[in-house]
Amino acid sequence: MTLAPGITLKGQAHIDGRPLFAPLSLALDAGRWTCLLGGSGVGKTTVLRLMANLPTGAVFDGKITATDGASVAERIAYMAQDDLLLPWATVEKNIALGARLRGQKTDMARLHRLVDRCGLRDHLGKKPSELSGGQRQRVALARTLMEDKPIILLDEPFSALDEKTRAAMQDLAADLLTDRTVLVVTHDPGEAARLGHAIHVMTETGLTSVAPPAAAVPRAVDAQETITCRSDLLRLLMETSS
Amino acid sequence: MKLWPPIAATVFALCVWQAIVTLTGVQKFILPSPALVAETWWLNRWIIAEHTLITLNEVLIGLVIGISLGVVTALTLASSKTVRTLLAPMLVFTQALPVFALAPILTLWLGYGLWSKAAMAVLITYFPVTSAFFDGLMRTPPGYLDLAKTMQASPRRVLWHIRVPSALPNLGAGVRLAAVYAPIGAVIGEWVGSSKGLGYLMLLANGRAKTDLMFAAMLTLGVLSVLLYVLVAKLTRGLGDRET
Repeated sequence: MTLAPGITLKGQAHIDGRPLFAPLSLALDAGRWTCLLGGSGVGKTTVLRLMANLPTGAVFDGKITATDGASVAERIAYMAQDDLLLPWATVEKNIALGARLRGQKTDMARLHRLVDRCGLRDHLGKKPSELSGGQRQRVALARTLMEDKPIILLDEPFSALDEKTRAAMQDLAADLLTDRTVLVVTHDPGEAARLGHAIHVMTETGLTSVAPPAAAVPRAVDAQETITCRSDLLRLLMETSS
Repeated sequence: MKLWPPIAATVFALCVWQAIVTLTGVQKFILPSPALVAETWWLNRWIIAEHTLITLNEVLIGLVIGISLGVVTALTLASSKTVRTLLAPMLVFTQALPVFALAPILTLWLGYGLWSKAAMAVLITYFPVTSAFFDGLMRTPPGYLDLAKTMQASPRRVLWHIRVPSALPNLGAGVRLAAVYAPIGAVIGEWVGSSKGLGYLMLLANGRAKTDLMFAAMLTLGVLSVLLYVLVAKLTRGLGDRET
């Protein structure tokens, strides 16, 4: 992996002439986790998809730049709420999908290291349908890491999981994605309070930055400052979504 | 699936048929009784078997060629937008033409033998396979395509590793339809001009008022079609979770 760059998105987007999000400026600090929090329909997923150069249905008028000047979309790995595991392929083949799609040889040593760290050793030969929701999301995380990209875009990655599994996944992801530039789009204030080095609340009028707790990421779920931050974020969400 | 309900239904239908014939005393060249049809079938079993093999051969050749052409067409349509715009309307137009009308000309072009019948089976199986597989190829869950795009996949590899495997259940459905249609195609070909095959045997029996033989040949064709369908259904069931 090359050194992770910072990223800046400046601009506005509209769908059929209606504004989707107001002019905004979002900066992702290099090697840090940025959480973009907001209700449904405010365009937070669009922001993420624009960075990944994925189709959005919106017209974007603005610029996405990396601090080192190189292209952004070619250096990202993407993980969504839906684990997007291919149902006909084994866990091993799903993790190695990127290399297969580019016609490259799979780095097996790296794959086995990741499999061990994600606790998937016993599941390599299984099909996704034989796994639990949490296990499937661990496979998706391993696949994302297998890409070894400096920028990681996570679109509500753990929102389909139960709370206990979600907390465990957050710990695992925070551990494995150290030193990368990470954008997490989420509607869960608790997730932002645990994971964000920077936290932005997105509303129709733009971004509001909220100071994260001082503790290191991932923050303890039961630490007072995490709980306070979570409540502050929730109140902000409730105030702005009327 | 349990076996006894269809068997019970068949037995019941045969009883009704036999009862109608016995009660009305209808002439055997109008409607032969099932018992007579069974007897005729047994007496002519070697002749029927010979003609069945001919038809089966035409059907299998037609199926293999029709499915192959359908798969290739669907893949070509799915991988190029230009080809899609050029060919798709034409493909639908050809389906609006009655294949029956083409049978005589196929006999003229390909002769009296095997190939004009196989060609009919090809024509009749080609479209369902193309259409079903193409549909599947165009309906890949968009999330997979997003993921592939962020992985900088080439279109060819996306087709092979994602779109084709996710469309295999659709291909299976198309192939099963083709298995049902193919015997119809072959028999149409035989009706237009032939000296062998179950279609020929039916025409011949009809012309000589041997209605019992006609029924025997027709039921043989029906059983052949069902067996072919069951076989193809078994073969295509694995398509859903095959690995590439």
